Amino acid sequence: MPKDGIGASVKRKEDYRFITGQGAYTDDIDRPGQTYAVFVRSPHAHARIASVDTSAAAAMPGVVKILTGADYAADGLGGLPCGWQVTGKDGPMVEPPHPPLAADRVRHVGDQLAVVIANSAAEARDAAEAVAVEYEPLAAAASIDAALSPGAPQVHDEAPGNLCYDWELGDKADVDAAFAGAHHVTRVELVNNRLVPNAMEPRAAVAEYDRATREYTLYTTSQNPHVIRLLMGAFVLQLPEHRLRVVAPDVGGGFGSKIFHYAEEAILTWAAGKVARPIKWTAERAESFVTDAHGRDHVTVAELALDADGKFLGLKVDTRANMGAYLSTFAPCVPTYLYATLLAGQYTTPKIWCGVQAVFTHTVPVDAYRGAGRPEATFVVERIVETAAHEMGIDPAELRRRNFVPPDAFPYQTPVALVYDSGDYEGTLAAALADADYNGFAARRTEAEARGKLRGIGLSAYIEACGIAPSAVVGSLGARAGLYECGEVRVHPTGSVTFFTGTHSHGQGHETTFAQIIAERLGVDIDAVEVVHGDTSKIPFGMGTYGSRSLAVGGSALSRALDKVETKAKRIAAHLMEASEADIEFADGQFTVAGTDKSVGFGDVALTAYVPHNYPIEELEPGLDETAYYDPANFTFPAGCHVCEVEIDPDTGAVEIVNFAASDDFGNVINPMIVEGQVHGGIVQGVGQALLEGCVYGDDGQLATGSYMDYTMPRADDVPSFTVSTRTTPCPHNPLGAKGCGEAGAIAAPAAVMNAVHHALASRGVSRIDMPATPARVWQALNA
Amino acid sequence: MPTVNMNVNGEAVSGEVESRTLLVQFLRETLRLTGTHVGCDTSQCGACVVHVNGVSAKSCTMLAVQCEGADVTTIEGLADGDALHPMQEAFRDNHGLQCGFCTPGMIMSALDLANRNSAPSEQEVRDWLEGNICRCTGYHNIVKSIMAGARAMAAGQGG
Repeated sequence: MPKDGIGASVKRKEDYRFITGQGAYTDDIDRPGQTYAVFVRSPHAHARIASVDTSAAAAMPGVVKILTGADYAADGLGGLPCGWQVTGKDGPMVEPPHPPLAADRVRHVGDQLAVVIANSAAEARDAAEAVAVEYEPLAAAASIDAALSPGAPQVHDEAPGNLCYDWELGDKADVDAAFAGAHHVTRVELVNNRLVPNAMEPRAAVAEYDRATREYTLYTTSQNPHVIRLLMGAFVLQLPEHRLRVVAPDVGGGFGSKIFHYAEEAILTWAAGKVARPIKWTAERAESFVTDAHGRDHVTVAELALDADGKFLGLKVDTRANMGAYLSTFAPCVPTYLYATLLAGQYTTPKIWCGVQAVFTHTVPVDAYRGAGRPEATFVVERIVETAAHEMGIDPAELRRRNFVPPDAFPYQTPVALVYDSGDYEGTLAAALADADYNGFAARRTEAEARGKLRGIGLSAYIEACGIAPSAVVGSLGARAGLYECGEVRVHPTGSVTFFTGTHSHGQGHETTFAQIIAERLGVDIDAVEVVHGDTSKIPFGMGTYGSRSLAVGGSALSRALDKVETKAKRIAAHLMEASEADIEFADGQFTVAGTDKSVGFGDVALTAYVPHNYPIEELEPGLDETAYYDPANFTFPAGCHVCEVEIDPDTGAVEIVNFAASDDFGNVINPMIVEGQVHGGIVQGVGQALLEGCVYGDDGQLATGSYMDYTMPRADDVPSFTVSTRTTPCPHNPLGAKGCGEAGAIAAPAAVMNAVHHALASRGVSRIDMPATPARVWQALNA
Repeated sequence: MPTVNMNVNGEAVSGEVESRTLLVQFLRETLRLTGTHVGCDTSQCGACVVHVNGVSAKSCTMLAVQCEGADVTTIEGLADGDALHPMQEAFRDNHGLQCGFCTPGMIMSALDLANRNSAPSEQEVRDWLEGNICRCTGYHNIVKSIMAGARAMAAGQGG
């Protein structure tokens, strides 16, 4: 194995530019003649737009153009499309129009209705404040409960009762029958708190139009530039793809929030054609809070039926999910196909029913945020399992063991549509318990009690469906796109390699991980490999990065492209060595004729491919440049166990995480250093959800947590260091055996933390506390 | 418009600014030193940390005209040619960054800590980072990086 090949913790190739301040993020891009855009946004959660007067603003210094919702409507262009159609009990979901600039009604604080373009950002900001909008405020429905109450204000006329869909999975009567024979039933009511993703780089875009070539270029903070090009070009602005280039350069974190096609991207591109000058827009953080798609926001009641031995008999889950004011790109699939299908967890629960009502409210749209549906499912399953264990007096680890899908049961068909590929749930449980010193907990609790502290320990044995996704499967479930991936391996004449990937790296380290795979396979030095992503003019196609898919799907496309490179290179090598193709072996960058000492290096073969003086030209084209598209056979199923131990100060209600251990099965690992970093980051987002973060709307639809002064982001002193490890059962259905690691921490951690908090508080008679378990909430629960 | 003069990364610079122009805007837009980032508008995230007269400061919370005559160091001023600063090396060696957006502010903030405390404990590092938010790393490897970087700086000075 080359020293920088698969399995090595190679230092990241991309780091040099970031640690020297030479990253190139969208806001760092300046184009000649550039103008600046500022959007006029609604201060009301719900209002009719009576008039928009731009005359005073248009006369202000530096103003180039002002465009309103009426201007957009007059051009006859499209609304923002939704990429997934869910069909509920009563038919297809309600899919209201989503105009990029509102013309007659605004439906959430931050909804945009005009854009001001000026020579400087300050001039644009000044003029935007001078746009006179006359609103007729209307009553708002700012929460799920408010939106579903009789007589609630309507978000869309098309959606009576504010219902987007009423959907179910499973046979309810069948599950009810299972409950009839139960020895014990555990019931929990849960709130999965609304979160703001808060990638540190605010969204930004630069759009320009070249009159000579009639080509539009959009630089944007995106996780999937080809998807933006397709959605914006085909559905919104009606621009052909060959004259629309979308570039997602260095992107400062995404966590899902930069998957979606946002209004600002379309409006900037449209406006760039009108002003024929480049336009830049960069969100202020306060603007991000009211325009980036939010995450989670479920209210759930769940019941678990168990027999006398603690075997699970059935699970019933009833969830209401907030969609916000409009359907964001992938919103409808999050609380359905990415949620209900994971409710078997790691267990053999034979009967499962889940009902989901998706609800429109006068709030920012909700869509996929790190984990997307799977954290919500894990929270339901792992909270109810842990609660059942305590109710039945069975150790929570033991109750899980009694119900695990056993290691010899794979592939395992769950009652909720998925076929798990591989796993060893007892293995990851045992490893996490050992790292957490689970057996020593009782002594630590006694010691803490002596200090006046409440101590608790909680488990979360999670599973996720990643490697998104087999196109035929998701197509049958309403996805309007295929979810394969594309990779092109271009071997240069002297043997160096450029890999073009349709995935996108915004912190994940693809430039290193993919280079390791290439170094391993082709025997080239890792410094002779360059990975290119994020530009539709360079990469054939791509679906981007989300759902822990880049390695499992994009890496598989790379692997298939490398297969093609190797096949062709072997034919060239056979010709050079006057041997039969079947006798050529390839290892460590050398082609050899089996059983002889004849060999030729990869670099010589590459040169021959491009300088074909001695070449089988009648049977083989010159060049060594291969593209592969890979559509996965199944989802992948990363799984593992996280254990959290907390100490609570009953005088203040403050929760301290004193230990956190994770054991994860991500299939084969390419770069352990990068994988551990992904787990650390995910855990802290999960800890943030459990203890700190909560997006709060007032009843009037005003966002109360609209800045870092009010929305509590996890900081370094809120969390400890972690003990993380991996145990591997390879994915059996993709060429790398990889499952994906990006979302695990955020999926597993909330339940682990909240199980620990409940465990600590149980001795004081507290049975329910919702996320985030802030000091105020904990103190109030202790003093209720 | 007022003219402001300052020393940035060892070079005398001057430029016309509005009186409302922030130091970070002057650095990014006038000098095109785009390594210093803006992640919030409330002085909370620390992506914009630079050094002003040797001490870390949030460049989103200073006016450019306040820095008249000051010595300003940004992330671009740390490496000596191709030779990285030990704190930069430590971030790379310990995987102390993912998306890289908070990284310049983290490194500049870390340097100020290391200048004050050559062997900070884990808790001292975590407390010091109160003004810097990272959404990617969970801080685990940033803390490791800063402890290693401070040690490397101290060893370099000792040798």
